[in-house]
Amino acid sequence: MALKKNIYEKIWDMHLVYEEPGRDAIIYIDTHFVHEVTSPQAFESLRLSKRSVRRPQKTFATMDHNVPTSDRSAPIKDVLSKKQIETLRNNCHEFDVTLFDMDTIQSGIVHIIGPELGITHPGATIVCGDSHTSTHGAFGALAFGIGTSEVEHVLATQTLTQKKSKTFEIRINGKRPSGVTAKDVILAVIGKIGTAGATGYVVEYTGEVIRDFNLEERMTVCNMSIEAGARAGLISPDDKTCDYLKERKYIPQDETWEKLTSKWKNFASDEGAVYDKTMELFVDQLEPQITWGTTPEQVTSINGSTPDLSRIKDPNKRKAVKKALQYMGLNENMPLKGLKVDRVFIGSCTNSRMSDLREASKVVKGYKTHSTVNAMVVPGSQSVKKMAEEEGLDKIFKEAGFDWRESGCSMCLGMNPDQLRAEERCASTSNRNFEGRQGKGGRTHLVSPVMAAAAAIKGSFVDIREWKYK
Amino acid sequence: MRSFTTLEGIVAPLEDLNVDTDQIIPKQFLKRIEKTGFGKFLFYDWRYLPNGKLNPDFEMNHPRYKEASILLAKENFGCGSSREHAPWALDDYGIKCLLAPSFADIFYNNCFNNGILPIVLDYPLIEELFKNVRQIEDFRLSIDLPNQRIKKPDGKTISFDIDSFRKHCLVNGLDPIGLTLEHEEKITEYEKEHGIL
Ligand code: SF4
Repeated sequence: MALKKNIYEKIWDMHLVYEEPGRDAIIYIDTHFVHEVTSPQAFESLRLSKRSVRRPQKTFATMDHNVPTSDRSAPIKDVLSKKQIETLRNNCHEFDVTLFDMDTIQSGIVHIIGPELGITHPGATIVCGDSHTSTHGAFGALAFGIGTSEVEHVLATQTLTQKKSKTFEIRINGKRPSGVTAKDVILAVIGKIGTAGATGYVVEYTGEVIRDFNLEERMTVCNMSIEAGARAGLISPDDKTCDYLKERKYIPQDETWEKLTSKWKNFASDEGAVYDKTMELFVDQLEPQITWGTTPEQVTSINGSTPDLSRIKDPNKRKAVKKALQYMGLNENMPLKGLKVDRVFIGSCTNSRMSDLREASKVVKGYKTHSTVNAMVVPGSQSVKKMAEEEGLDKIFKEAGFDWRESGCSMCLGMNPDQLRAEERCASTSNRNFEGRQGKGGRTHLVSPVMAAAAAIKGSFVDIREWKYK
Repeated sequence: MRSFTTLEGIVAPLEDLNVDTDQIIPKQFLKRIEKTGFGKFLFYDWRYLPNGKLNPDFEMNHPRYKEASILLAKENFGCGSSREHAPWALDDYGIKCLLAPSFADIFYNNCFNNGILPIVLDYPLIEELFKNVRQIEDFRLSIDLPNQRIKKPDGKTISFDIDSFRKHCLVNGLDPIGLTLEHEEKITEYEKEHGIL
């Protein structure tokens, strides 16, 4: 009988270009995404060494980190942002790379538009100079973030040198309670294994809860793999994966749909495949999650409290928790429910797709945002924005007092003008609550879109399971 | 690429766990399109007070660590964003070698691609070095990559592990792209086999 392989092993074997003992393997890269922040130095270096882009048709670029989310037709005020954006435009032109420019309907956050356009597909190797590239793993692709030197390496050679990773199966089972979303599941996983819990591993998420998730929910899960330190996070493809991709623009045209999908589904891990490490999470008792500190592992359920310092034995950990609480303006043993918020951000490559906006809009419908809260919705792409407007979601948000923006990374990292001010407390659907991430001195609590929406209305964190939908 | 063989230098301590690349180099400095000049922004939000003066409470700012070229850190150093601006900033500031119980994956790779040596040491060894650094003014270490040895001022040595291929590349300052292109015919072969050409 043939050897049983997991999905990572299958993709690895399929992409191996060259291997010799004592050095890293060379693997082929099918798709390279590029954005304006981590690419200028790579193109410049390529130019200096008189090299070209080996396979320009395999590289796709967009600008997302710096772009303003206000009116797109107005010039960009920030001189440096403007220059970075123009540099990408020029580089794409010079090296013949496809660019989804910021004024086109295809533009948006790089990890949102890849799947949307059907550039992302099962069995592919995908890289980008961005740690949340793991998002594409939801389609059964091996997708991971790389540094700028590696961006240059891929541009020049269409390959990367890699050591084979170990594999980690994270099985999510049980019956998911209502009000508990994909975001809560992945936050709970990170809370359990820690921010370095998967360092050195490629994670495959399996189990009935993952199978039950739609592709957008799976993307939320895979997106945050890096927050547990994983090289990549992926999910074996199934019929749902294929259905999502059907008729998308960049799907290969040289094979019949039946042939293509059967090839894709063959990448799924074999029944009985083995992993270097396994864990299981049962979600039956899981509650909506909320982070209280400055790393995603500092998370608890909405009915939980901040830690009791005296119960943390490791002095390094105790010091770190104390520092995080101080930064967050919180005390130990403090309940999180009822904590007041100043800002609400619904956006980022974790949670800004149609299903996120639909669910959040249901919470908001018929209500007004709290008088002291400034809330914004930033769709993940221009096409999500358009679709949401066609469904009337923008009206629901606007009538409630939310700001309805153009797409982009926005306040997920605040490289554009969307930033927290010092000591402002934010309910955010993004993926990082690091010190200063959303603005210097800003205090970020990571939550699901429905939890963020409810916090905007109430002016403080609530348990979404107690929400009265109108 | 710049090679790394040996280094003798002052060690600066950085106490925090899970230091993320957002702290190493905050986003407002990622708008530059050059690789150079990031050193003054290293640990910006910790290093400077809101008025722009050096923060006296940030340990690395202490005059005794001013000339440091080795950074002593705690676990999961360099987690978060893939930004290579983090090693660029460390390098430009003068840090050429890092010691920690563990590093985040992408950051670790990025260091090697910039001629910086990240060394993983067991937790107790790191804790001891933290004690040494604070007790001994002008505490220096000698790093010897070819022999995989660290020499302490008292003459004691610590040996460390490193992947042999990474070591080979760093010691010889090999350009990874050049190395890959030595096998260009294999890449072309792969492309033919997979209908890419
Ligand atoms: S939305 Fe945030 S996490 Fe996602 S790519 Fe943009 S900055 Fe990175």
